[in-house]
Amino acid sequence: MRRALPFAVMLVVAVAAYYAFPYNLAFLTRIVFTMILVLSLDLLLGVTGIDTLGQAALYGSGAYAAGLFAIHVWNDPLAGLAVGALAGATVAFVSGLFLLRAHGLTLLMLTIAVAEVLKELANKLDWITGGTDGLGGIQMGPVLGLWDFDFIGQTGYIYAVSVLFVVAAVLSVVTGSPFGLSLRGIKDSPARMRAIGTPVGRRKLAAYVLAGAVAGIAGALAAQSTALVSLSVYDFQLSAEAVLMLVLGGTGRLWGALIGTAVFMTVHEVAASVNPFNWLFVIGFLVLGVVYAAPRGLIGLPEELRQILRRLK
Amino acid sequence: MNLVLSIITDGVSFGMILFMISVGLSVTMGLMRVVNLAHGGFAMLGGAFTHWAMVRAGLPFLPAAALSLVVVVLLSLPMERVLYRPIYKMGELPQVLATIGITFLMIASVAYWQGSTLLPIKLPAAMQGSVDLGFRTLPTHRIYVMVAGMLVILGLFWLTERTRFGIRLRAAVDHPGTAACLGIDTSRIFAVTFALGAALAALGGILGAELLPIDAYYPLRYMVLFLTVVAVGGLGSITGSFVAALALGILDTAARYLFPDFGTIFFYGAMFVILGLRPQGLMGRV
Repeated sequence: MRRALPFAVMLVVAVAAYYAFPYNLAFLTRIVFTMILVLSLDLLLGVTGIDTLGQAALYGSGAYAAGLFAIHVWNDPLAGLAVGALAGATVAFVSGLFLLRAHGLTLLMLTIAVAEVLKELANKLDWITGGTDGLGGIQMGPVLGLWDFDFIGQTGYIYAVSVLFVVAAVLSVVTGSPFGLSLRGIKDSPARMRAIGTPVGRRKLAAYVLAGAVAGIAGALAAQSTALVSLSVYDFQLSAEAVLMLVLGGTGRLWGALIGTAVFMTVHEVAASVNPFNWLFVIGFLVLGVVYAAPRGLIGLPEELRQILRRLK
Repeated sequence: MNLVLSIITDGVSFGMILFMISVGLSVTMGLMRVVNLAHGGFAMLGGAFTHWAMVRAGLPFLPAAALSLVVVVLLSLPMERVLYRPIYKMGELPQVLATIGITFLMIASVAYWQGSTLLPIKLPAAMQGSVDLGFRTLPTHRIYVMVAGMLVILGLFWLTERTRFGIRLRAAVDHPGTAACLGIDTSRIFAVTFALGAALAALGGILGAELLPIDAYYPLRYMVLFLTVVAVGGLGSITGSFVAALALGILDTAARYLFPDFGTIFFYGAMFVILGLRPQGLMGRV
């Protein structure tokens, strides 16, 4: 019952947003696929304790794979998601074999390097990827053969929200499973987990591959709903902003990822429409406020307030 | 032959710029274990102040640059005290987050104050033009950069190896706790080192404006570049930063001359290989 409650809240918010902003469905859809990306990041940063600034490598590979698959092979959306997940997981597996032995600054730099090298490769292979022009001409078929993507983006939004539900449900089950608990253990103390017989290296790789698949799904969804893949899917800024959204919301509890993404992107959209530099001031202060005043993120705020109130009594 | 010489001179001067900007980052990161993504911001502030002093206040290059260094030092001290001190003890993630926040605020302030256009720094006549070395000519600016870089590393060696402050600094890098027990005021050392690093970054930003043009987004654009030098060199190692900056500067320049189509792939490829083989960096100890 407790597990179902956040899903019910999510459903209500998603439906309310659909009716409240019928002309901003494209933006809402962007929030939804970014939420999936940030969820994948939470599995690494929040649950397993793998620091990364290169989530764009996994996301971008999923986006390109899904885009190319839709153009050259089959334009079915769900098949595209599977291909995106596979691409993200593959990149995560191959790069994870090298990366995961490092930690701290070295790990951060290696994850950045993977994304940058992939970006340069995508730029170089312009006869496949379209290079700096981006990969255009993606035309998706109907979802499940029933619902066509429409101009306003109603199908796209409902489709994206459904994918988000499935991903969140799967991740919620995974992080609550014995496997997920061993990941949390690795975050707290890899040495102890090794001592009680957990194959730490393999578990971390498994978490990285799973996060790669989820990030790949996010990328595929982005490619399908925007009908375009550009080199910016591999941008460092995307990885960094994903980290900001996650820590803003609160790490390790999945729901923080969703709240952080929604707040960050809404603030960005509103502040940037007033003045393009405004949002940097706003986000800068927001981020510093979270770090200094609410280290557990927005999701930890109620708990923090309760403690303050208790102290006052 | 000419190509090789061009690569070496351009690469070395680019490397010197990278060294000046990154060395402060490396030492402060080695000292405080703080992942400071905002360090490039000090280079940008130095460049932006110099631009402002030359264009708006009409100062010549040298006084403008000197004034900018003073301003950056005066800005960095309270920043260290108020913004950085609380995050020293936090984990890597909050540090990344806080320093990205500081970077955003720096970008927004400079954009608000100077606009988001390019902020060019006009070099004095003595630094323009080129010098004939007999076998080939060299842009004078490159010579100034190389000399400045050499002076900086010699000065840093003198400071760390020959002065009392240097002894305390090395002790604090090795083990802050023990250093504090021996009566060394480590938080003072942190503050002075932070300001020195910021000043060196500003110097690199001003001198390197020809190679890394100054604008409001500078700290975000070159963040990864400076962090790469630090990671490859090894945290806290001045020699490591110097070697890494020169090697990466020459590598990047050579790649641009020889394989212009491949962009930054060699730079990141080299970083990946080096860090894959030596996660602690070239000269890192841990």
